[in-house]
Amino acid sequence: MSTATSPAAEATPGAMAPVPYRVLERRSETADTFTLSLEPLGPAVAPAPGQFDMLYAFGVGEVPISTSGAPTGDGSLVHTVRAVGAVTRALCGSEPGDVIGVRGPFGTTWPLAAAAGGDLVIVAGGIGLAPLRPALYHALGHRDDYTGVSLLVGARTPRDLLYGEELAAWAARRDLDFGLTVDAAPAEWLGDVGVVTRLIPTARFDPSRATAIVCGPEIMMSFSVRSLLERGVPKDRIHVSLERDMRCGLGHCGHCQLGPVLICRDGPVFRYDEIERLLEVREL
Amino acid sequence: MRTLEDVMAEGPVFAGLERPQLEFIAGCGRNVGFSRGDKLFREGDAADTFFLLRKGRVALTTHVPARGDLAIETIQPGDVVGWSWLFPPYEWHFDARAVDDVRAIAFDGACLRGKCDEDPALGYALLTRFAQIMIDRLQHTRTQLIDVYGDVSGS
Repeated sequence: MSTATSPAAEATPGAMAPVPYRVLERRSETADTFTLSLEPLGPAVAPAPGQFDMLYAFGVGEVPISTSGAPTGDGSLVHTVRAVGAVTRALCGSEPGDVIGVRGPFGTTWPLAAAAGGDLVIVAGGIGLAPLRPALYHALGHRDDYTGVSLLVGARTPRDLLYGEELAAWAARRDLDFGLTVDAAPAEWLGDVGVVTRLIPTARFDPSRATAIVCGPEIMMSFSVRSLLERGVPKDRIHVSLERDMRCGLGHCGHCQLGPVLICRDGPVFRYDEIERLLEVREL
Repeated sequence: MRTLEDVMAEGPVFAGLERPQLEFIAGCGRNVGFSRGDKLFREGDAADTFFLLRKGRVALTTHVPARGDLAIETIQPGDVVGWSWLFPPYEWHFDARAVDDVRAIAFDGACLRGKCDEDPALGYALLTRFAQIMIDRLQHTRTQLIDVYGDVSGS
């Protein structure tokens, strides 16, 4: 796989045993989604955009969650978690001062350096905006490295949109091509209604020099990739972030196997042309 | 000064039509404007017009008892609002509301149907274009129906 891999994941301080982290803040994003700000209580390594950590709710279990904050030098973390099961409900229920365990960071990163010199197109669906937010922070922090930056966001309804205040700020930026749409909305909603793929044909980027990074439900990524290809973005410059049943994070246990690849070790960020055939196999 | 034909030629709906065909169609069109919040048409009304949006967005909405008005789709500048003028009973199936201040070209449906009968080649070209619009909207609607962000199970 050509996407940047994490250097010797097993050598990182928190690869095998969880490092305790204190919850500094729990911010409500939607009815079932919360953003946790965490400070390390032991040796820590900050994840790069695209990577994930295994978050451990003590006594309940562990789940893989992508980093959703800006890279920091002090090991502090930001993770946005949607409560969909016992572990994520426990994590979302944690209060400032509580301690959770963190292993990681694991996995590959968004190709931000490789995209420099061209247009960066970020396509986010639902909670898929969370793993892409660090990439956007990077792109806006290094805006001159990119000829253009597009952020295209889709969600189920206006109530399901993450990072409401930041969305408003991003929409107001002149150096960011911003599109936002929801699948369903009350009539008083002044934003767009329709699927996120509808934003792709009119987004302001040059497909011949664009790199697209896509994250969301797999079916949403599939439709988005199709629209990007129709627009003319080459397959080898489309990157998607996959999710499977990641457990060890180190490529040992095999739970996240997708044919010949292990998502936790070889992903979660993949170049589309390298993963395309595997996504077409329904049995995987 | 730009003519209706100039504006029409820029949008995907009429792109590729010959100038005489554009002039023929433009004979059924006129510039219109709506303020934000105005209704372009209402469900059940006679569908005697369609709109090519030049500026501003339009939301297609419907009223669901006990749930109120729901937005179904937002139509962007350059796109077309309305195809019920093409087929009997020529009635709108949804409401259309201006999300922004809107400028558009309104085309008289009966006039256009007459021109299509008069010039079948033009009729075929127009129907092909509207079929493409309908297919695109159908595919997007199918994607919406999948509810890709729906409930998920997990740990």
